[in-house]
Amino acid sequence: MTRLEEFYEILKDPAAYGRKLKGEGRRKIVGYFCSYTPEEIIYAAGAHHFRLFGTGEAVHLADAHFQAYCCSLVRGALEGALAGHLGFLDGAVFPHTCDSIQRLSDVWRMNVKGPFHLDVVLPVKLDTDSAKAYMSDVLHKFRSDLESRLNITIGKEAMQDAIRVFNRIRGYLGRLYEIKAEHPGTISGSDLHTIIKASMIMSRDRLLEILPDIVTDLEKKKGQGDKPSGKRLVMTGGICNHPDIYRIIEEAGGVVVGDDFCTGSRYFEGITEIKDDPVAAIAERYMIRPPCPAKHAGLFTRAGHLVDIVREKRAQGVVFFFLKFCDPHAFDYPYLKASLDREEIPSIMVEVEDQLPSEGQLRTRFETFIEML
Amino acid sequence: MAEKKTESMNLVQEIFLYFLAGIRRTLLRFKKRKKIKEILTVYYMEAKSARISGRKVAWITSGGPVEPLIAMDVIPVYPENHGAMIGASKMGTDLCETSESMGYSTDLCSYARSDIACATVNGGPIGGLPRPDMLVCCNNICGTVLKWYEVQARYFNVPLFIFDTPFCHTGFSEEVRRYVRRQLDEYVLFLEEACGKKMDHERLSNVGKLSLEAQRLWQAVLDTTVNRPAPMSAFDAFYHLALIVTLRETREAVDYYSRLLERMNDRVARGIGAIPDEKHRLLWDNIPIWHRTRWLSEKFASHNACLVADTYTSAWCGSMKYIDENNFFDSMAEAYTRIYLNIGVDEMARMVLAMVDKYNVDGIVMHSNRSCKPYSLGQYDIAKIVEKERGIPSLIIEADMVDERSFSESQVATRIDAFMEMIKAMRQ
Ligand code: SF4
Ligand code: SF4
Repeated sequence: MTRLEEFYEILKDPAAYGRKLKGEGRRKIVGYFCSYTPEEIIYAAGAHHFRLFGTGEAVHLADAHFQAYCCSLVRGALEGALAGHLGFLDGAVFPHTCDSIQRLSDVWRMNVKGPFHLDVVLPVKLDTDSAKAYMSDVLHKFRSDLESRLNITIGKEAMQDAIRVFNRIRGYLGRLYEIKAEHPGTISGSDLHTIIKASMIMSRDRLLEILPDIVTDLEKKKGQGDKPSGKRLVMTGGICNHPDIYRIIEEAGGVVVGDDFCTGSRYFEGITEIKDDPVAAIAERYMIRPPCPAKHAGLFTRAGHLVDIVREKRAQGVVFFFLKFCDPHAFDYPYLKASLDREEIPSIMVEVEDQLPSEGQLRTRFETFIEML
Repeated sequence: MAEKKTESMNLVQEIFLYFLAGIRRTLLRFKKRKKIKEILTVYYMEAKSARISGRKVAWITSGGPVEPLIAMDVIPVYPENHGAMIGASKMGTDLCETSESMGYSTDLCSYARSDIACATVNGGPIGGLPRPDMLVCCNNICGTVLKWYEVQARYFNVPLFIFDTPFCHTGFSEEVRRYVRRQLDEYVLFLEEACGKKMDHERLSNVGKLSLEAQRLWQAVLDTTVNRPAPMSAFDAFYHLALIVTLRETREAVDYYSRLLERMNDRVARGIGAIPDEKHRLLWDNIPIWHRTRWLSEKFASHNACLVADTYTSAWCGSMKYIDENNFFDSMAEAYTRIYLNIGVDEMARMVLAMVDKYNVDGIVMHSNRSCKPYSLGQYDIAKIVEKERGIPSLIIEADMVDERSFSESQVATRIDAFMEMIKAMRQ
């Protein structure tokens, strides 16, 4: 199996991978939902953190708990748990973001028996001193909650080691994005997407074994045989669960050279400093990292960030990629679009439920858009 | 200068027209409704003429800490109450469509959608809300208000204060208390800066006392429906609620609810019910379907069913227990954080069970409100818990509080009929 195949394999059936890890029995497995989960703390606790994405299967069991106007991520995740696919989890962590995740946590706690359940109710604002202090308080509490659930103590050294591990992982992932932007032909969009997403699931030790090689290989390969790649695009939205979208865009004459996704650059941006209080250092990264729209870090921060990515990646257009029923992103759309319009950056918006719209229809839309650039 | 003059002329004209419209509407209502309309008319007139009278206007979320605004002489205005008026006057669909043409998804909260649209066209039943000088957003009801107020802060270009009340899945922790308490100080600083004067803490604590008194009276009014027949229904409560939302910290609200309480007690003494022949008692859950309140109340009355209580109007007094009358300011931190929508589904279910017992209801009517995710997601679990613990059935009505497009009258009618048949059968 090539390294790339390993990533694809994991994403094909994440639960099977979870069970395999569980079978090896080295680490407790803790499911988590969003990029505001302090992974470093879970890792330092000797546990493995496993991102939950929703099953992508038809939803039946979750229908008894959530209405159809709830996003497919929340419904799909609950479906997976109720169907017993996630029996390998020792616990689950719910950082507070949007109204739907908030209720998912409640309904999960009340209906999914077995694993421990931890809420991490982060501040909603990220731009005041009191919020910063509270962020740090909450993460300290998470650390001690985790200690008691796993019956261990998490030492300062372990925390600092974990921070180093994640800084390295984030550094490599960031480098992959840079290579993609410099020489888009070096790695396909879906390969890159698969690496990022799988890296939220796979053993981080294994990840650190193979990421450096991947980066080195690509560094060597880059620039060679660069075919004139397509029009440069940036994608923005919440979660991207659809690797096919990259292929469709590429076939339509475009290439994704950057993103503002929580399954993309929001996941790895920002370095955590090694400090005497490692938990506070993690809190600090959350305060300055590009924010998710469910958080407040100023009135124009997200638009400024988006325009910056477009400029920095020399992109010609933006693809808004939204999950239907996702409130935080839908609220930001008109203002983000207006900010792009002001800068004369064309954009297109695609909304998906759990499945992509028909491929033919998508391709036509992208072709029209890309031709116009 | 000339421009300024026309602007204030327009404003005077607007107020005058609004006042006339208010009187006309008042005359059309039942006699008992006269007073609340008048109070609200005066209130909105005052808010609309704030620019002339030199007072400041703050837009604030319905669950937000309003007492400090009053103590600073700022006029609070509630976009959600405005949303309810838009819904009740059936102007919601139009405004929602306008917001969609601005790029807002149909899946967003319709209070937010109609308010965002209304601000740009000054439409709606009262010709738009008065322009804010500042915005105060408390997320104890939802995350939607954060996004909504960000939109308005950009649109009006005014300062926004976010009062962040972390969600209480399973309780209230010390770090949350510290954080929210610190924000109370920040809030006061924000107001002092916006108003250019110091907070008078003694006045604030008096405002707090009035607010608490109004909340107690409101709870007492709601409690009169434990009687059989209930002297008022949830539909009446939706109506009388307006003051506890918009003016709870005023002498007027206290007087109004004292009189209302007297009237209800009198009806109880004389055995007068809200509906002619109360046989079945039901509990309403979620925000009213504002564009169909009358239709629904008549529909249920035709089955001799009275909606005697609801989880919505009681939300404004649900966290009274956390208020320390002698230390209003400090205790606001907990009281404003632990409100009905800011707690876990299981705790909500416990509160619903307590209401089922207290008001002695035979069934629950749940409005599955596609506008409001924090209120609606979790309803199915609450319904199951109530069914299991008390053997009481629930009816789920799919609708939207403002947007009429997601309402099918014939479908809902059929479901209500079937539900009522079941309730009747159960009681035999
Ligand atoms: S942020 Fe959006 S996509 Fe994510 S859980 Fe919330 S509603 Fe769903
Ligand atoms: S989402 Fe619900 S709680 Fe929030 S503003 Fe809309 S109706 Fe109110």
